[in-house]
Amino acid sequence: MYQTTYHRPTSLAEAARLFSEAGDAAYVSGGHTLIPAMKLRLSAAANLIDLRHVGELKGISVTADEVAIGAGMTHAEVAGAAEVKGAIPALAGLAGSIGDAQVRHLGTIGGSVANNDPAADYPSAVLALAGTVETDRRAIAADDYFVGLYETALEEGEIVTRVRFRVPEAAGYAKFRNPASRYPMAGVFVARHGDGSVRVAVTGAGNSGVFRAAEMERALAADFSADALKGIALDPADMMGDIHGSAEYRAHLVTVMARRAVQNLGQALAFV
Amino acid sequence: MGVEGIGARVLRTEDRRFITGKGKYTDDMTMPGMAYAAFVRSPHAHARIVRIDTGAAARMPGVIGILTGKELAADGIGNLICGWMIHSKDKTPMNMGQYPAIATETARFVGQAVAVVVAETRGEARDAADAVEIEWEELPAIIDPLQAIAEGARQIHENAKSNLIYDWEIGDSAAVEAAFQRAAHVTRIDLVNNRLVPNAMEPRAALGYYDAGSDHYTVWTTSQNPHVARLVMSAFYNVAPEHKLRVIAPDVGGGFGSKIFIYPEEIVCLWASKRTGVPVKWTGDRSEAFQTDAHGRDHVTHAEMAFDGDGTMIGLKVDTIANFGAYMSLFSSAVPTYLYATLLSGQYALPAIHCNVRAVYTNTTPVDAYRGAGRPEATYVLERLVETAARELGMSPAELRRRNFIRSFPHQTPVIMNYDSGDYEASLDAAMKAADYDGFPARKAEAARRGRLRGIGMSCYIEACGIAPSAAVGSLGSGVGLWESAEVRVNPVGTIEVLTGSHSHGQSHETTFAQVVAERFGIPLANVSVLHGDTDKVQFGMGTYGSRSGAVGLSAIVKALDKVEAKAKRIAAHLLEAAEGDIEIRDGEVRVAGTDRKLAWHEVCLAAYTGHNLPPGLEPGLKEGAFYDPTNFTFPAGCYICEVEIDPATGRTAIVQFVAADDFGRVINPMVVEGQVHGGIAQGVGQALLEACVYDRDTGQLVTASYNDYAMPRADDLPSFKVSTTETICPGNPLGMKGCGEAGAIGSPPAVINAITDAIGTNEIDMPATPEKVWRAIRASGLAEAAE
Repeated sequence: MYQTTYHRPTSLAEAARLFSEAGDAAYVSGGHTLIPAMKLRLSAAANLIDLRHVGELKGISVTADEVAIGAGMTHAEVAGAAEVKGAIPALAGLAGSIGDAQVRHLGTIGGSVANNDPAADYPSAVLALAGTVETDRRAIAADDYFVGLYETALEEGEIVTRVRFRVPEAAGYAKFRNPASRYPMAGVFVARHGDGSVRVAVTGAGNSGVFRAAEMERALAADFSADALKGIALDPADMMGDIHGSAEYRAHLVTVMARRAVQNLGQALAFV
Repeated sequence: MGVEGIGARVLRTEDRRFITGKGKYTDDMTMPGMAYAAFVRSPHAHARIVRIDTGAAARMPGVIGILTGKELAADGIGNLICGWMIHSKDKTPMNMGQYPAIATETARFVGQAVAVVVAETRGEARDAADAVEIEWEELPAIIDPLQAIAEGARQIHENAKSNLIYDWEIGDSAAVEAAFQRAAHVTRIDLVNNRLVPNAMEPRAALGYYDAGSDHYTVWTTSQNPHVARLVMSAFYNVAPEHKLRVIAPDVGGGFGSKIFIYPEEIVCLWASKRTGVPVKWTGDRSEAFQTDAHGRDHVTHAEMAFDGDGTMIGLKVDTIANFGAYMSLFSSAVPTYLYATLLSGQYALPAIHCNVRAVYTNTTPVDAYRGAGRPEATYVLERLVETAARELGMSPAELRRRNFIRSFPHQTPVIMNYDSGDYEASLDAAMKAADYDGFPARKAEAARRGRLRGIGMSCYIEACGIAPSAAVGSLGSGVGLWESAEVRVNPVGTIEVLTGSHSHGQSHETTFAQVVAERFGIPLANVSVLHGDTDKVQFGMGTYGSRSGAVGLSAIVKALDKVEAKAKRIAAHLLEAAEGDIEIRDGEVRVAGTDRKLAWHEVCLAAYTGHNLPPGLEPGLKEGAFYDPTNFTFPAGCYICEVEIDPATGRTAIVQFVAADDFGRVINPMVVEGQVHGGIAQGVGQALLEACVYDRDTGQLVTASYNDYAMPRADDLPSFKVSTTETICPGNPLGMKGCGEAGAIGSPPAVINAITDAIGTNEIDMPATPEKVWRAIRASGLAEAAE
């Protein structure tokens, strides 16, 4: 790790001020992407601004239509929140399936969504649950938010403050994990909404990050059953391929996981 | 057996410090004025060093010195050696390329040390190392051993034509050919034994200190065998004279073989301390561990087994290419030869065996012994072959094995080994019973109803432990003897210190060795301490590897105990005015048999040290040493049965049952032995399902250089193991022990793969059997439609 100066703001305003004044700065929340990269000297912000002590980023609120989660909430807090479990059990399950216990007690939803790792779990839920990403400057619809690999609509210095999810009629999440990193190689979040629309979002597999599987959405809107997905095959050309799974294998896994998500509504299942 | 003696499940005395974070590892050592080393490493798999410019780096804050291979050579520091001479079948000696601790002209693998920076802090050393400028001329890299020996391949070392280190053979090829001529059936198989990264929990580290006042050297290092390190560093590397060099291996966090070898970093730290005048510490990070710890396995093998008309094995031929990486590591040459091909008879009465091994250079990290070292590779060849043969012959795998088991001992195999004892049928029966083997078809049918493919596979392994006797290994090319030494120091109050050459880095010697001593005199375990790992305390030792500490190290302790007991009895006989032959030591008392005349153990010990009333001519004191050189290897063996369920839609394999029935001879502490078997199986399952060391074929970069890409087994990858032992006493050592440290890693990989191939109806799948590989095999076999 290179030398860095650690800052601990207690308000959003202070955090934003520190960021603009510090020059070479990076926000850190759970730090599960940034800190390892810094340890390997692949990332070297001169100033590290820790958002974990900003009270405005805490809290969960639930209405009949919406679950809103503060960006600073850890995966363990989301997984354990009775109101989230009650409103969108698959979302609580997804949070509880991220990484391991240590990761879940440090990693935050805001950090995950801001980083937009192509294999992170949360982005699939944000997309499938027609979410909105709130920042200290504006609200961004999920469909406009995720731009590409590690790329979002966030501007320099913009802080994710809250993530809002539409409460669906039914939703399920199923993923197949990379055996080494345990990030999803194919994670599929399926949600049927009150307006009759179905959203299917895929993480870990696409070669430009999280994406919606339009053909699956159409099929499920017509017939919300696992059988409706039979025969739908994604194009391997759109998939990532690496030593753990070729593009062809990932494309196949997406269909398998989509079917299992539909078969296990109200749950988040990891098929290792 | 006492409650703390041989056979007792005593909790480990080591646990208190390990579990509470109070262990003292090399990185915990500090010295006044200590500086830190950071290595500049080759970013290329194969490149010529055109120029090294240290000017800018030397001017950076905190930098004390920057050293390169030029200075190393100027100070006469010797190249790294391989300590086991192998001759090719044309009688020529192996082609050992020059391996300097710091590369001078050419780097041959990614991560090879090219320079070292010594600075006041770790960060400053690292910053300056980044600032060392090296001009490289990149050369083509060869990763694949088959390509390395192909016509026209670029030569990696000047003296190794076609990149061949040796072309070695063992066995009687004429007898094997004759057997194949008359065979009723021949089973053929092609296998890859995948390269593994050892992944000890503690990365390697070294702290070198040269004391100019006394002209004395000390190095703390993560070593499985500090005395061998001292010998090699003085006799071959010329870093320090042996009598002025102290090597300390304090607590060491796992080795699995990778800490046997003496690496460039510890040599350089000690040498750099003399050069710079300050103590120099280096602690490897995990990336360095991936790139520079000697890797394991990496064989490509074709094997054929011949059978007569009733399923009797009549011949075996094996052709193996072993990838050695860019340099010959310390014991690399012995691994695919005398630790591999000599085990190819397995548990079977094979009359004719021939094995040919070609050792090959590539531009990859050097390969050497890793838990099992050669024996897992042999077991994998044999047990995949036998399982495949059973399917081809339409016999049950158990029956085919049973038909060919060796049943009388001693048994001379056609490949050097003379098995001293064993009962292979007993472990097979025990394993089949524990696995409810007969109930498998019902379990398979039930799994099928859930859409899962269930398979069962077995593996009957044998290994050779102890690596001995010295005269025998010497005749086969070993540069060192493979005995062990011990010293038993009885204090005047009757407490005992045992000094052993068997280093403990996870093996629990501090507990199990003490159990043997406590049992001998009937004293509490708490009154015995075991010291190891310091060449200034322990006179000599050959270290810990090859599951030798019980059979060899503990035998040396027993020999020393015999001497202590004899002297204590002599003193007691004198004090009690009895005949020596009538004295017995039990339960902490020294008594005249059949009488009530007795002394407490500590009274005899005190008498030895006061010297007030000793038998005429007897020296005071109660301290004895012994060297023990075994008469033979030991031969642990066993049967493992693995049961898997495969999700045909994803190809994911779940191990749903794993049974191990091992014969380790006499067991000192069953709990410790079970722990060894558990860990070994986890490593074997890791090899079979998860672990793959992958290099980029074009660039030679290590793709799996972190845990993000190198898949280690986790607790939830494994079931709760059903382990048990059967016992045949080893006739070759006083306690009848065989060794248990590697068995799990040796026996498990073929059991796992045999179960997978059974489940999916193919004989061809390579390790690691990743979900995608299994999915593709299932698709090819047409079983895929079953699932969804």
